[in-house]
Amino acid sequence: MIAITRRRALFGAATLASVYPILRSSPALGQGAPAAAGPFSLPPLPYAPEANEPSIDKMTMEIHHGRHHNAFIGNLNAAAKDFPQIAAMPMHQVLQKIGEMPEAVRGVIRNSGGGHANHAMFWTIMGGKGGEPSGDLAAAITRDLGGMEKMKTDFNAAGVRVFGSGWVFVTVDAAGKLALTSRPNQDNPRMDGQMVLMGNDVWEHAYYLKYQNRRADYLTGWWNIVNWQAIETRYAAAKAGTLGI
Amino acid sequence: MAFTLPALPYTTTALAAKGMCQETLELHHGKHHQAYVTALNGFVEKDAALQGKSLDEIVQLSNGNAAMAPVFNNAGQHWNHILFWENMSATGGGIPGALEKKLVEDFGSVQAFKDAFKTAATTQFGSGWAWLILGTDGKLKCTKTPNGSNPLATGEGKALLGCDVWEHSYYLDFRNRRPDYVQNWLDNLANYEGITL
Repeated sequence: MIAITRRRALFGAATLASVYPILRSSPALGQGAPAAAGPFSLPPLPYAPEANEPSIDKMTMEIHHGRHHNAFIGNLNAAAKDFPQIAAMPMHQVLQKIGEMPEAVRGVIRNSGGGHANHAMFWTIMGGKGGEPSGDLAAAITRDLGGMEKMKTDFNAAGVRVFGSGWVFVTVDAAGKLALTSRPNQDNPRMDGQMVLMGNDVWEHAYYLKYQNRRADYLTGWWNIVNWQAIETRYAAAKAGTLGI
Repeated sequence: MAFTLPALPYTTTALAAKGMCQETLELHHGKHHQAYVTALNGFVEKDAALQGKSLDEIVQLSNGNAAMAPVFNNAGQHWNHILFWENMSATGGGIPGALEKKLVEDFGSVQAFKDAFKTAATTQFGSGWAWLILGTDGKLKCTKTPNGSNPLATGEGKALLGCDVWEHSYYLDFRNRRPDYVQNWLDNLANYEGITL
C-alpha cells in the first residue's frame, strides 16, 4: 500500500506522462479522431481544459471531451446517413421521441444521443467556482431538496450508489420543481419526458486518472468547480419552456 | 463463513510487460475486488437467508430480484473477478492444440473467435464483461453481460474466459481505447492453458 500511495502522489502532477510513457506517443489528446462528417458536431469546451483543476485534471478533460464525447458525435453522424430524422429536430426532442423512432436507430439514440446530451450539458455547468446559487433556484433547492447541504449529501450518495457507469441528475419540471435521480450508462431523463437541470458523470472515465477507485472523493470535489450561474440560466430556461439538452 | 479476497496467482508487476501495469492490478484487485467482497459480506451478515449459501447460490438466488440488486451486483462481481485473475497469465496468449481445434470447429478459425470476442467486448455499452462460454449445446460462444452479471446468472453455459470491460480494468493502461485493451488481452494476457473444456 505504501507503493500505491507513493505513485498516487504523482497523479495530477506534470509527471503523469512519465508514469505512463505511452501517453507521449498518442496524437494530441484534445483533438481526438475526426468524427465522421455530418449534421452533428462536438461543442467546444467553454473554457480551457485545465480550468477545472484541481477537481478535474487537464488530461481527463481532454480525453473526456476530445475522445469520449467525440465518439458519440461520430456515431450520431454515421447513423444520420441512414436515419436523417435523428438530425431533423433538436436532440432533446429526439430523446423524448425515442419510442417513436425506428427500432434500428433506438440503440444509437439511447447511447450516443444520450451521451451527446449528457456531456453537452456537463461541460456548460462546470468551469465555475462552486459556492451557492441565488434567487429562485436557491429557493427551489430549499423547498424541493431540503437545502444545499442536504442536496449535496443526497446527490453524492446517489452518485456512489450507481453501480457501474451512469449519471446522477437533478431534474426540473416546467413549474420549476426539482428532483434528484440517477440513470445507468448514458440514459438521459428526457427519454422519460423529464428535463435535466444539472448532472454529474460517474462513469469511471470521468475520474479514474485522478481519483482511481475513489468515486466519493470525485463527487465531493466536483462541487468546487460547479458554475451556478450557468445552472441558474438553465433553471430559468426550463420554466420558460426553452431548455434544450 | 465470510467470503475472502483470493490472492493473485502472480505478482502485481507480473503482467506489466504484457500491457497491464502494477497500479492497475493493485487497484483492481486490492481496491475494486476487495470492495465487492466487503460489501457482499456486509449483506450476508444482515440477511439470514444468505447465510451458509455458496457464492454460486447467492448469485443465482439474487439474480433478477430488484430488491436484491446490490447483493447480486457484489456477489456477481466477486464471482467474475475470481475467474478474471485465473484467466490471465504472464505467459498468456498461447492457445493449446485441443482448444485451438475446438475454436476452429465452432468459430471457423482462431481469428474468427477473437473477432467475435472483441465484438462482444466493444459492444457492451458501459461497464460489463465479455465471455467465452461453452454453451449447453456443447458449442463455444462469445457473449457479453452488463455490470456484475455473468454466464452463471444468464444460464447460457459454462464460463471459460471472462474479460472485464469496466473502465477501471484498462483506463490507466489504455484510457478510452477499449478495442486495443481487448485485443492485447486476447493476444498477450489470456490464459488459454488454464481452460478446461
